[in-house]
Amino acid sequence: MSELPFDPLLVAIVTPLALALLIALGLPKRWSVRLAYVAFGVPLLLALHTWWHFSAVEQADGYAFLRTYDTGLTGLGISLKLGLNGISMPLFLMAAIVGLAAGLYAIQSGAERLKIYLMLLLIMQGGLLGVFASVDVFFFYFFHELALIPTFIMVGIWGGRDRNYAAMKLTIYLTIGAMISLVGLIALYVKSGAGSFDLIVLKRHLAANPLEVTWQNNIFGLLIFGFGVLVSLWPFHTWAPLGYGAAPSSAAMLHAGVLKKFGLYGLIQVALPLLPAGLGHWAHPLAWLAVIGNVLIVGLVTMAQRDLKQMIGYSSVMHMGYAFLGIAAGSAVGIGGVVLMMVAHGLSVALLFLLATSVHHRTHTFAMDEMGGLALRAPVLAALFVAGTFASIGLPGFANFWGELAIFVALWSFSPVITVLAIAGVVISAIYGLRAAARVFFGQPTDHFNEVATRHPPADLRWAERIPALLLLAALFGIGLWPKSLSEPINEALAPAPQIARQSR
Amino acid sequence: MTLEEVRLAAADNLWSAIAPELILASLALVLLVLEMVLPKRHHGLIPDIASAGILGTLLGLFLNWHPVTLGTETFSGLLQHSVTGQVMRAFFLLAALFTCLLARITLARQPMPRVEFYHVLLVVTAAMMLLVQANHFLMLFVALETLTIGLYILVSYLRTTTASLEAGLKYLVMGALSSGLLLFGIVLLYGVTGNPALPLHSGNAMHYEELGLFLTGNPDNFLASLGIVLVLAGVAFKIGAFPFQVWVPDVYQGAPTPVTAFLAVASKGAGFAVLLALCGPQGPFTPYAWLVMPILTAMAGATILFGNIAALTQHNVKRLIGLSGVAHAGFLLLGVVAAAGSPMAVGAVYFYLFAYLLASFAVFGVMAHVAGTDDAGQELDHYAGLSRQSPFLATVLAVGLGSLAGIPPLAGFMGKLFVFIAAFQAGARWLLLIAAAGVVVSIYYYFGWIKAAFFDAWTPPAETTAPAKPAGTPVGWVAGLSLGTLALASIVLGFYQGPLGQWLMLW
Repeated sequence: MSELPFDPLLVAIVTPLALALLIALGLPKRWSVRLAYVAFGVPLLLALHTWWHFSAVEQADGYAFLRTYDTGLTGLGISLKLGLNGISMPLFLMAAIVGLAAGLYAIQSGAERLKIYLMLLLIMQGGLLGVFASVDVFFFYFFHELALIPTFIMVGIWGGRDRNYAAMKLTIYLTIGAMISLVGLIALYVKSGAGSFDLIVLKRHLAANPLEVTWQNNIFGLLIFGFGVLVSLWPFHTWAPLGYGAAPSSAAMLHAGVLKKFGLYGLIQVALPLLPAGLGHWAHPLAWLAVIGNVLIVGLVTMAQRDLKQMIGYSSVMHMGYAFLGIAAGSAVGIGGVVLMMVAHGLSVALLFLLATSVHHRTHTFAMDEMGGLALRAPVLAALFVAGTFASIGLPGFANFWGELAIFVALWSFSPVITVLAIAGVVISAIYGLRAAARVFFGQPTDHFNEVATRHPPADLRWAERIPALLLLAALFGIGLWPKSLSEPINEALAPAPQIARQSR
Repeated sequence: MTLEEVRLAAADNLWSAIAPELILASLALVLLVLEMVLPKRHHGLIPDIASAGILGTLLGLFLNWHPVTLGTETFSGLLQHSVTGQVMRAFFLLAALFTCLLARITLARQPMPRVEFYHVLLVVTAAMMLLVQANHFLMLFVALETLTIGLYILVSYLRTTTASLEAGLKYLVMGALSSGLLLFGIVLLYGVTGNPALPLHSGNAMHYEELGLFLTGNPDNFLASLGIVLVLAGVAFKIGAFPFQVWVPDVYQGAPTPVTAFLAVASKGAGFAVLLALCGPQGPFTPYAWLVMPILTAMAGATILFGNIAALTQHNVKRLIGLSGVAHAGFLLLGVVAAAGSPMAVGAVYFYLFAYLLASFAVFGVMAHVAGTDDAGQELDHYAGLSRQSPFLATVLAVGLGSLAGIPPLAGFMGKLFVFIAAFQAGARWLLLIAAAGVVVSIYYYFGWIKAAFFDAWTPPAETTAPAKPAGTPVGWVAGLSLGTLALASIVLGFYQGPLGQWLMLW
């Protein structure tokens, strides 16, 4: 049963968008919530289907499930082309998992104006799935923006402290990033001379007639900084902790977990194969920015955080540094490690944001100084949080371990000095991760916590909160124990990359 | 001139070629007659008749989209009929239709006679439709003056409010100055082209083609250069491009909201159609690209920066949209600059204009509903809590502003994308970077507006009184339907461009 009577990718993208449209047209709340389970669930089922049958289905140009739809822009070489290759399939699957978890968590959150909240989340989910399923660079960008807009609105309406400021800052930074990368993509489109935004056509065309090296370098630079802002490359990262600190949990889960990977994915899927000379030019500056800025400086800043959500936000900035390092290393091992790490980080950061909000419901604060001893009252929450922290640190057994390991291996042949510095970062992340878990859940309950606990006795995680958390943890664990299920397609997709690079030299 | 000569000259006066314009003009007269004939209690019908007439003309235009005159010149070369001309006719008719809609909402709050408004609006629309098909400086100037004089009246229409009168005066002075510059430029070009001492001189010197031929033969004539610069300056006034944008904020603020919308959309559209006809790929100024392009390039960059930066600090929404309109003029100028080196630039400019029309009227429609009797004093604070009071208006506003800001998946994004691609193809890379920076800046104020409507602001403590908000107008079904259509069209055009791209010859 590997052949579905419909295009699984299109249906996965359209289902959440269709429900969002229905809600906008005035679907009653009861039905909105019921259908939301379906609209978040269907993409996951379809994503699992594509993952399971990935190696079995026929592949054209490295892509499976390839379909093309005309949207009236074929004259410009733009068409909605959907397909998955070994790099996008794991991310597509991850987007579907995190999406379902974020959706489930949102439904139980009982947010004010829940219908609009769900509608925006559904739009975001549709966009996210579209990003990873698009083979056309135009639609890749298009879906990213589609997913980005709801983030701003959700931060602005449902956000916490400083939400107006955070929403504004987020909007401006991310627009800067998006505009720079848009200029880069336009430059790529025009300069390639292929007259098409189709990644497969571009790849073929540029393999036959590569761009001049200066142009490759310039466009690569635009993409690095454009995408870099979106992925919170140091020093353009300040929007991230602030934005995540203010964002409502489901939006933070989807943005930090999935949407932020857009930039990295763009570098891997678009910039590296199409502009092979650009990496050689930019690898060292990028690697130093990432290791000194993202890993060490932001790592130390993370250690100093007292706010749980801000800390998770900073830690995600720090982990992006490893991803940039893997890209800078450039070898198939390093890039493969980055893809694996993107999946793992997406799952683990979403898990941590989810649990942080659950902690907040029980302690009524994000300040870690005012917490303590929650493990006695909520042992399941404590266990899940500790597991999530272990995953985030990169303990063996979790998916993150394999990603980071591969990155470090690749990095060693790139630059041993940077590798040593990067590994020092792991120690930093272990310190802040474990210290946070210890402060929040163990030790003596503080006065604040006792006071809150007497007024609202904290209960353990309800099943409605447990299920999305367990879903994420199960995925982390599953990949950790069986990385081959994802790494094999990734390797296949990356295998031809060096050949293209060689031809173009 | 004997009768026979007149008959010969009039041989290609194909009146059917300008049927839409004639219909509008006669409808304008009919409205005045109706005002006298109809009893006073039925005067409310007159705006409906005007709207229905515009809608009918629009339908007629679509039914006869490929008239026999397409691609030919009529009226001894005064007019030239092309597909882009058809598209722009539809553009002005749409703009006039939505302006009528806004006027029904806004003017209902003002103690003003209403019939003349629609009368003048129809005449101005007809003049704009002729203007974009002009192929001769005489036609250009007559049409331009007709519409400018009509706009003087419309801008100062609320003659009991000082803001509107002030705006009218400013527009009059500035408009007269720009008309003077334009006319002086035309005269210089006419004089030098008709000079028998120069090669390729022509007796029909105001005709674009003849002028183009002459300019090709004399590629560095000083008087001709001066004339071109003056003509460009005159047009730059109309589109509100730097450094001729000073009138924009005051006039946009003081003019009645529907007129502001009409100025922003239709007047700008007309200016760009003229600019493309003159400086576009087949325009008469092409041989002077060495002069025209640097001017337009500098103008585009400065306009983008000025419009966006000046809009940042505005709290009055009419000023804000006026200055953001200046920025849009800059983006459109970028498209005009690109027209020299990119085959898709002209289509991109027209597409941008359509996206701008849809988005602007959506925003103006919301403004018309939110505003109270003080038409000039519409502040950002008045939008606080709009998303709770009227989710519909708030959504339309968000779509409109999003499209103006150029956020995918809305039409405005596609417009910017097309213009940017064209600019890159034409090699205007620095300008492109300025434009990209401009987009980022524009996000700040568009988003600030959306923020005012959607996000709950900090409310002052109970003892201080909350800022008074105007009562606003409830959304009627016609207005609701129209605004919904506008918002939906902005979304659909972002996803699917369909035949519009082919009409505009984007590819």
